Amino acid sequence: MSFWKRHQVVEKNATLLMVLSLVVVSIGGIVEIAPLFYVQNTIEKVTGMRPYTPLELMGREVYRREGCYNCHSQMIRPMRDEVERYGHFSLAAESMYDHPFQWGSKRTGPDLARVGGRYSDDWHVDHLIAPRSVVPESIMPNYSHLATTPLEFEYIADDLIANQWVGVPYTDEMVENARRDLISQANPDGDFSDADALQERYGDKAQARDFDGDPTRITEMDAMVAYLQMLGTLVDFSDYEPGLAANRR
Amino acid sequence: MADDKTRIDEATGTETTGHSWDGIEELNTPLPRWWLYCFYACIVFAAGYAVWYPAWPGATSGAVGGTLRDNVAVAIQEHAEGQSEWVDKIAAASLEEIRQDDQLLAFATSAGEAAFGVNCSQCHGAGAQGFVGYPNLNDDAWLWGGSLDDIYHTINHGVRNEDSDDTRWSEMPAFGDILEAPEVTDVANHVMALGGLEHDADAAARGAEIYLDNCAACHGEDGGGDPEQGAPRLNDAIWLFGGNYELISSQIKQPAHGVMPAWGLRLDDTTVKALTLYVHGLGGGS
Repeated sequence: MSFWKRHQVVEKNATLLMVLSLVVVSIGGIVEIAPLFYVQNTIEKVTGMRPYTPLELMGREVYRREGCYNCHSQMIRPMRDEVERYGHFSLAAESMYDHPFQWGSKRTGPDLARVGGRYSDDWHVDHLIAPRSVVPESIMPNYSHLATTPLEFEYIADDLIANQWVGVPYTDEMVENARRDLISQANPDGDFSDADALQERYGDKAQARDFDGDPTRITEMDAMVAYLQMLGTLVDFSDYEPGLAANRR
Repeated sequence: MADDKTRIDEATGTETTGHSWDGIEELNTPLPRWWLYCFYACIVFAAGYAVWYPAWPGATSGAVGGTLRDNVAVAIQEHAEGQSEWVDKIAAASLEEIRQDDQLLAFATSAGEAAFGVNCSQCHGAGAQGFVGYPNLNDDAWLWGGSLDDIYHTINHGVRNEDSDDTRWSEMPAFGDILEAPEVTDVANHVMALGGLEHDADAAARGAEIYLDNCAACHGEDGGGDPEQGAPRLNDAIWLFGGNYELISSQIKQPAHGVMPAWGLRLDDTTVKALTLYVHGLGGGS
């Protein structure tokens, strides 16, 4: 009996079959899982990264719910055309608090990794309500319901806790004040608001203003625009050195 | 159980594996050889690939040396060196000097056009034609001045943003809180009269005085506007937020204000210069 016919032995012995199957599956598992133990050292050392503010986090949820990722990636690849169009290539560090990340190469619409600050809030509102009112050649659907749908953020503190569980460094103070921070960011002039406390917790780059132009209520549009206006603005590239050994990946 | 005899199955003409369970046998239909060899070749290739390129984060850096991130830095530098002759000239020359030099102007305009497509067209339109609330850049109407220096300043520092201390800033008061409703109607009619739109002459006459008291300081007695303070001209046919009674009176009551980013913080100075010359050259530059 040749070597290749020995599998009969395995096939006729259920215990042996099970043990050997386990060995094979383990090899596959190790190859997929072992690199994850090294994932920390794929994250560059950068300054400026912080967890999403509660309003931005809700905006991100709306972004996911609406399936924006089906057409828009958030990953600028290290190629000259992309870097010249969108800015510095994306770093792993920039999505370290993303659950799930929004990488990809599906570019039906442009990459959004550094869209923050590129356009005015008004433009985002106009563009989300009716994309063709400002970009006639756009094929993006209208998202006008964002402007009329009040943001539901009853469980925002739980959202932060869930993120804590998967390693996002939200402090207990952030969780405790999540609701208030959310309101402060969308409506800094409100009675219940304290935008200074928000910036104390999340840093000066947390932008607090009425994003959707309707100060009377907090809509999904507020959250979405707050999220978009933050994208790609956090990392300070002035002290990032790509050539540094610790940053070579 | 089985004897290990293989045989040719009569019905199919295929060899059996020799396995037999309770009289049920198994046909042996192996993968085509070419497929199998491709598979083995892939395994060998994968092993080589894992050695040649960075594979294990933090552990192997790859025999090829360098990464995509290094390559892009080199590609950008090579490209910049290719253009440096012209880019350096643009960096050194004043806006007016570039405008006078045909070759430099041609380079700056085409660089400006590319940068405009990436950064400006989303609001101002691919043809710089503008949209409601976003100014047309082809015409002679300039909210903040249409000279080379004015345009350069506006692009560099933007309009009403919080990122640049030198940003263009003006804010028209909400006259809905200051004037009575009939007064708004009157002054709206006066503004429409200034702009040559159809209007109610009686209301416009009543609005003239309200206009002089409240609006003329910025927009001028004749509605000529004042680019120094970003007050739009009202006695022409260009209406940024729409030229009918509803939109004009709404703009008087609760004015909308456009915002533009400070591009000097994002783009390098030569790109801003190129954009300036491109926008200036669109037709309306003064």
